[in-house]
Amino acid sequence: MSETPNGPRIYTVSQLTEAIQGLLEERFDFVWVEGEVSNFRSPVSGHYYMVIKDETAQIRAVMFRLQARYLRFVPEDGMKVIAQGRVSIYASRGEYQIVLDYLEPLGVGALALAFEQVKQKLAQQGLFDPDIKKPLPYLPKKVAVITSPTGAAIQDFLKIIQRRFANIEILIVPVRVQGDQACEEMVAALDLVNREVNADVIVLTRGGGSLEDLWAFNQEELAIAIRRSRIPVVSAVGHEIDLTISDLAADVRAPTPSAAAELLVAEKETLINRLEQARTRLIAGMGLTIRRYADALNRLKNRIQDPKKRMVNLWMRLDEIHGRLIRLMDLAIRGKTSRLESEMRALRLQSPINRIRSREQQLGFQVERLLRAMQRQLREAAMKRSLMEKRMTDLSPLSVLKRGYSITLKLPERRLLKAASGVETGDHVQVLLGEGELECRVETAKA
Amino acid sequence: MAEKKFEEAMQRLEEIVQGLEGGDLSLGDSLKAFEEGMALSKFCSMELEAAEKKVTLLVKESGGKLSETPFELNGEA
Repeated sequence: MSETPNGPRIYTVSQLTEAIQGLLEERFDFVWVEGEVSNFRSPVSGHYYMVIKDETAQIRAVMFRLQARYLRFVPEDGMKVIAQGRVSIYASRGEYQIVLDYLEPLGVGALALAFEQVKQKLAQQGLFDPDIKKPLPYLPKKVAVITSPTGAAIQDFLKIIQRRFANIEILIVPVRVQGDQACEEMVAALDLVNREVNADVIVLTRGGGSLEDLWAFNQEELAIAIRRSRIPVVSAVGHEIDLTISDLAADVRAPTPSAAAELLVAEKETLINRLEQARTRLIAGMGLTIRRYADALNRLKNRIQDPKKRMVNLWMRLDEIHGRLIRLMDLAIRGKTSRLESEMRALRLQSPINRIRSREQQLGFQVERLLRAMQRQLREAAMKRSLMEKRMTDLSPLSVLKRGYSITLKLPERRLLKAASGVETGDHVQVLLGEGELECRVETAKA
Repeated sequence: MAEKKFEEAMQRLEEIVQGLEGGDLSLGDSLKAFEEGMALSKFCSMELEAAEKKVTLLVKESGGKLSETPFELNGEA
C-alpha cells in the first residue's frame, strides 16, 4: 500500500482489491443469507457452485467439498435456502462470493429433505423392492445384533428375548450408532458378520433419538450394505414413528428394538405351537385309527359269533335251491314226458302193429285152415291107417299065431327060425305063441 | 441347512398327521406313520431346543483378532 502526502491516494487494482477484500472479509466474516438457489453445479471436484438470489439481486456462492460432505441433502435449483458463510473476494476475476459453511432448506428441515432425497434415489435403484426382501429364518439359532453395547436398545432387546424364550444365541457386535463414524462402523459390522459370523439373522438397532441422532441410519452407504448382506437384516431404529432409510432397505422392519426381539421369538413360538399341535393331532389320529380298527374288529366278531344261524341260513338256502332244482327238473321231465307220449301216440297211430295184427289174424285164419286141413288129412290118414291095420292084422303072423301057430326065434339074436338046421342042441330059443311066449332049450334038432 | 431340515421335518410331520386323520391307512401303515411322526416330532423339538442360551459381545483384540466375551444384562434379570 503506497502513500503520497499530496493528492489523492492511488491504488493499484491489486491494492484496491486487497483493500476491499480486507474490508469485506472482515466485515462479513460470518453472515447468514436467505435466497433461492440457481445455476447449481457440482463438478468432479465435489465442490458445490451456485448462485443465491432474490427478486432483485444475486450473489455467487461456493461450498467446498469438505463442508459439502456434511450437507445431508443436495441443493437444487429453485430451492429456498438459508445459508451461512463468509464473503470472499475472488481477486483474479474481480468478483465476490460467499464461501458457504452451512446450507439448510427453508420450510422443511435439512434432514427431512435429505431423507426424502436419499429415499427417492434408492427407491429408483430398486433397493426397497419388496421382492428382493429375504424371509426371516424359521428357527434363528444365532442372532447378530449390531448396536451400541451401552445403549438402551440392546437392553430392551435382550429383556424380551430372556423373558420369552431364552435359548437363542445372541452375539452383540458393538458399533457407534450416532455421530460421524456411526454409518461407517455399521457398514463394516454388517460386512464383518456376513464374512465371519455364522448368524441366521442380523438385527440392526438403536433406541429413540432426534432425527440428527438417528441420521447414520439414513445414509445411503448403510442401505447399500444392508442389501449386500446375504444374512437377512432386521432394522429396528428409534420409536415406532421413526422411519429410516435403513428400515426401508432392511428385509424386515421392526418398529422398536423390543419388537425386533418379539419378531424373532414369535417365529419360534409359532413353530413350537405348530409342533405341539402336530404332536397332539398325531396321537389323536393314531388313537382314532386304533379305535376304528377295534370297532371294525368288534363288528366282525359279532358277525362271526353265530355260525349256526349262518348254517341254518345256508341249509334253508340249499333246500330252496334244491327244491327249485327239482321243480325245474320235474318241469323239464314232464315236458319231455308229454312230448314223448305224444310222439309215442303218433308213433302208435302209425305203428305197423295193426298191420301186423291183421296179418296175424290172416295168419291165424290160414293156420286154422291149415290145421283143419291137417286134421282132416290126419283123420283121413288115421282112417286109412286103421283100415290098413285091419288088413295088416289080417295078414300078420300074429293072427296066424292066434290060430295056433308059433314062431321060434333063436336067442340071443332073436333070429327067426325057419328050419331046424338053424339050431343046435343046447341052443336057447324063444317061442312066440298066440298068447305069451316060451323060452326053450333045444333038445334035439331034426332036420 | 438345519432350519431347512427342520422345516422339511415339520412339513412331513404335518403330512403324516393329515394322512393319519384321513383314516385311509391300513393299521400297519398307520403304525408306521405314527412311529415316523413321533420320531419327527422328537427331532423337531430337539432342533427347537438346540440353540444355546448365550449372549456374547464381539470384541476386537489389539492384534485385530475377533473374540467373544460374555455380555451381562444390567438391571433386572
